[in-house]
Amino acid sequence: MIEAIGLTKYYGKTLAVDDLSFTVRPGAVTGFLGPNGSGKSTTMRLILGLDNPTRGSTKVAGHRYAQLSKPLTQVGALLDANWIHPNRSARSHLRFMAASNKIPVSRVDEVLDIVGLSSVAKRAAGKFSLGMKQRLGLAGALLGDPQVLLFDEPVNGLDPEGIFWVRTFMKNLAAQGKTVFVSSHLLSEMALTADHLIVIGRGRLIADSSTEEFIARSTQTSVRVRSPRLPELRSVLGQAGLAFTDADNALIVTGAPSEQIGDLAGAAGITLHELSPQSGSLEEAFIQLTGDSVEYGTSRAVSGQGGFAVQPPPQPAGFRPPGAMRQPPPGALPPPQGPPPPLPPSPLPPAPEGR
Amino acid sequence: MTMLNVERIKLFSTRSPYWCLASIVFAGFGFATLFALVDNGHAAIPYLILRGVNLGMSIFMVLAALAITTEYRFGTIRNTFLATPRRPAVLAAKTLLLALIGGVTGLVVSVGCFYLAKALAQDPPLPLELSSGDDWRQVAGYGALFAIAGVIAVSVGTIVRQSAGAIAIVLLWPLLFESLFTLIPTVGPKVGPWLPFTAADKWVSPTNSITDVFQSSSSGPTPVQGLLVFAGAAAVLWVVAVLVLQRRDA
Repeated sequence: MIEAIGLTKYYGKTLAVDDLSFTVRPGAVTGFLGPNGSGKSTTMRLILGLDNPTRGSTKVAGHRYAQLSKPLTQVGALLDANWIHPNRSARSHLRFMAASNKIPVSRVDEVLDIVGLSSVAKRAAGKFSLGMKQRLGLAGALLGDPQVLLFDEPVNGLDPEGIFWVRTFMKNLAAQGKTVFVSSHLLSEMALTADHLIVIGRGRLIADSSTEEFIARSTQTSVRVRSPRLPELRSVLGQAGLAFTDADNALIVTGAPSEQIGDLAGAAGITLHELSPQSGSLEEAFIQLTGDSVEYGTSRAVSGQGGFAVQPPPQPAGFRPPGAMRQPPPGALPPPQGPPPPLPPSPLPPAPEGR
Repeated sequence: MTMLNVERIKLFSTRSPYWCLASIVFAGFGFATLFALVDNGHAAIPYLILRGVNLGMSIFMVLAALAITTEYRFGTIRNTFLATPRRPAVLAAKTLLLALIGGVTGLVVSVGCFYLAKALAQDPPLPLELSSGDDWRQVAGYGALFAIAGVIAVSVGTIVRQSAGAIAIVLLWPLLFESLFTLIPTVGPKVGPWLPFTAADKWVSPTNSITDVFQSSSSGPTPVQGLLVFAGAAAVLWVVAVLVLQRRDA
């Protein structure tokens, strides 16, 4: 269990974290999502007592981190895999951490075995590849067999095999009933790993909901329709009150399922040559949500005619206990031809409770 | 005890302390040999025999400063604080460890150098004996100086955090700053002898009349006062280091 209450952090005049409140619960992988520079690492450092908050407070396992006795046995963290002395062996690195919390040396060898570094334990950690350093960091986080684990971008720079390993690893920890809080700037990665998402941008909370829900309500769906009788189809759709845009010899209809469009066309006796639902990519959804909050953003060329309207942050939805693992949602689709579909002008549709 | 052990593991699982300790031994015994052999040891009084040990003290300060600055350089200070969030305890353990290592090193090397010079010098100006308290002070006194120098270096390292900066300070302060300070008219000669490292040197300086020729001036602190000034400077720096450490983001 990790709690943040009204957490605010200024570095000089730069506001890194802005009145952030959330709770991370046990038994699930909670993703901490945000663009680069959105305050994810800062938040984690504040939780772990490395930095002092300007305002607000955090609690881990019911206490402020500084008040924990033998903190490694309660909280494990991997914030940066490069926090190692290059000439110190992997085993010595873990040995000093273990000694500080009265963890027996046998446990050092145990965690080295868990992460698969036993054979290189005596080698200087500076010679490790990034993947090996990440594993060493994970070993450090596991040393005290803690109930709460924090990982900051653990898959950054890993090869596919390493990513798969870390992902499985985190899910297993959550399955053991531990609290797992993992940050990432990749929604597609979090979609595969996290049960719950806390999304921030520019240090502010954007969403706090289950991953399923977040993806469902933030990915824009549209239907592409082709017909030899487009003008007639246009009037039919217009009469039904559906929004659509023209795309070379086709219509892109938004806000209606393909069934409804097919039925309308059938009732009017219009032949259709294509009726294909298109769902936006996760990356698009993420950009829509955090678009306003990218700190070092470029002027986005793809935005077209107000296509990627920036939406006000929705109210955080209530917590939903994690369900069974989902199928991964469809990945990035090829970019739609023509202008991007317009978004509904209103804020995101309210999250259906208890879906 | 636990914390001391943690710092011991950290310090001796890297290579630099071994190199530094070896250099201290080399510098100490090198100078001792030199003074004992040149001109049949005609200049072999403890104060001069042990000039190499005094140089070793600078090397030891580099070791002590690096013990904390490398933690900042490589980020392991965060691992340390994650394991022990009570930062003053971390600094206390590190300081105590380096003071202990310094004390033992200073004592062993200075006494070792003394006996080496005693064995080699054929015609010392005074018999090389360790009998009176004053004799012991001039030789074994380096144990105390090393320990206090360790505290100063760890404190400076904690405040500055950068290896290059910390090393520059602990080397230039005694070697350059304090000797230049005495050149300032009127204030220099009065205050200069009371500056920490100059005062510390009094603790291992001879007081008897025969060797007065090696002393620049008879004013300034007595040996015990010199030691107290040095220890006081270390205490002040250490308190500043703790306050800074507690307040700062790691």
